[in-house]
Amino acid sequence: MQVSPPDVTVDFTNVQLVDVSRHFGRRRALAKVSLTAASGDIVGLLGPNGAGKSTLIGVLATLAAPTSGEVRYGGRTATAIGAPLRARIGLLAHELFLYPELTARQNLAFFAQLYGLDAAALVPAALERAGLAERADDDVSGFSRGMRQRLALERALLHQPRLVLFDEPFTGLDDRAVSLVADRLREIADAGAIVVLATHDLDVADGLVTRAAMIKGGRLVADEPAVAGLRARYRAVVGSA
Amino acid sequence: MFVRTALLVLRKDVAIELKSREILYTTLLFALSCVLIFSIAFVKQGEPLEDAAAGILWIAIEFAGTLALGRTFERERYAETLRALLLAPSSRAAIYVGKVLGILALLAVVEVLLVPLVALLFHAPLFSAPLLLVGLLATGTVGFGAVGALFAAMLVRARSRDVMLPILLYPITIPVMIAGVRGTAALLQDPPDAATVTMWIAILAAFDVVFVTLSLWTFEPVMTE
Repeated sequence: MQVSPPDVTVDFTNVQLVDVSRHFGRRRALAKVSLTAASGDIVGLLGPNGAGKSTLIGVLATLAAPTSGEVRYGGRTATAIGAPLRARIGLLAHELFLYPELTARQNLAFFAQLYGLDAAALVPAALERAGLAERADDDVSGFSRGMRQRLALERALLHQPRLVLFDEPFTGLDDRAVSLVADRLREIADAGAIVVLATHDLDVADGLVTRAAMIKGGRLVADEPAVAGLRARYRAVVGSA
Repeated sequence: MFVRTALLVLRKDVAIELKSREILYTTLLFALSCVLIFSIAFVKQGEPLEDAAAGILWIAIEFAGTLALGRTFERERYAETLRALLLAPSSRAAIYVGKVLGILALLAVVEVLLVPLVALLFHAPLFSAPLLLVGLLATGTVGFGAVGALFAAMLVRARSRDVMLPILLYPITIPVMIAGVRGTAALLQDPPDAATVTMWIAILAAFDVVFVTLSLWTFEPVMTE
């Protein structure tokens, strides 16, 4: 099958949310959130369950449309840029977006091709980075949570996205796996990606995020440079951690 | 990019199904059981009720199709892979087309086994005009699959999706059922009423054009939460 390189003409160095609100029926998930994230940032979206973190990630990923307000990717909206924008966005959610019936190699090859990438060139390296080269031809259904998470991380990063969105990426991982994911996250931010990390794991976020955006009841209650002692700051702004 | 994405989704669905055979076996077993049970009820002393074969063939296709639709999209819901597909940098309608092609391939396999079984159990001369039969089945299946895939995708995150899918799907696909059954009944005449069958095929084709166009047009907005 013919492969073509991803559309890299769509690029941006910052993402800006301007007064973004999102309602689900009468329930307000986000209320006038304004936030800017720039290249190299690791923005921690912090807040209790149901605060609106996942909704915000969905809006940034173009999977959910804001009820009002807009999201600008380098000054242009998702509607203005169209489908090529999605070639610059990578998402790793709590659900891992992997087909359990397929092998690790088949999963990565499928998603690489979906992005118009050369699967033969990219997949072996991605498997290596995930530490799964020897299990490449095993079905994902037989993998542990940590192995799946590492594979999902490489799947999300295959196309070298500019905007990388993580929604609770540390859930169910042991300390070693958490540390591996955190290191990879720093690596991609250092390479110039904009990283937005939604988590309620403050211990991991402390020392990892460069900015802390705290959300409560759909409202952004703080947006500030991250400082040591994130838990204490979170407790002061949001409430009990 | 559009065609390539649709074919990739189709190829992925076929690869998964060839591995698990879960949907194919379930759908086939359901369709064949349905026909067998109806044959016990409607064939008395070797004589079937008039036009029963036409109705039973399309009921089996519709019910088996509903089962296949639900299971196919359940697979995309399990690890939220539908969201990953929607993030691909191609038209989201291409994802829809790929899913429809997968459903059609599955139903084609079911029909290949179902039609001879109905012909055998109901003494129905379904193969007297094979091209007309293929025309009826193809246009009817496309119409059903096109509408069904759109509704199944829309309902993928709904809690009551198993209940809602038939409630939404069956009223909309009533024209497919009527045209399929009446067309097949005309085909079973001796000799087959080719003009009537052709008219029903034309109606089904018109239904397909309208609903495939509508589905392609609405898939992206309805899938954006």
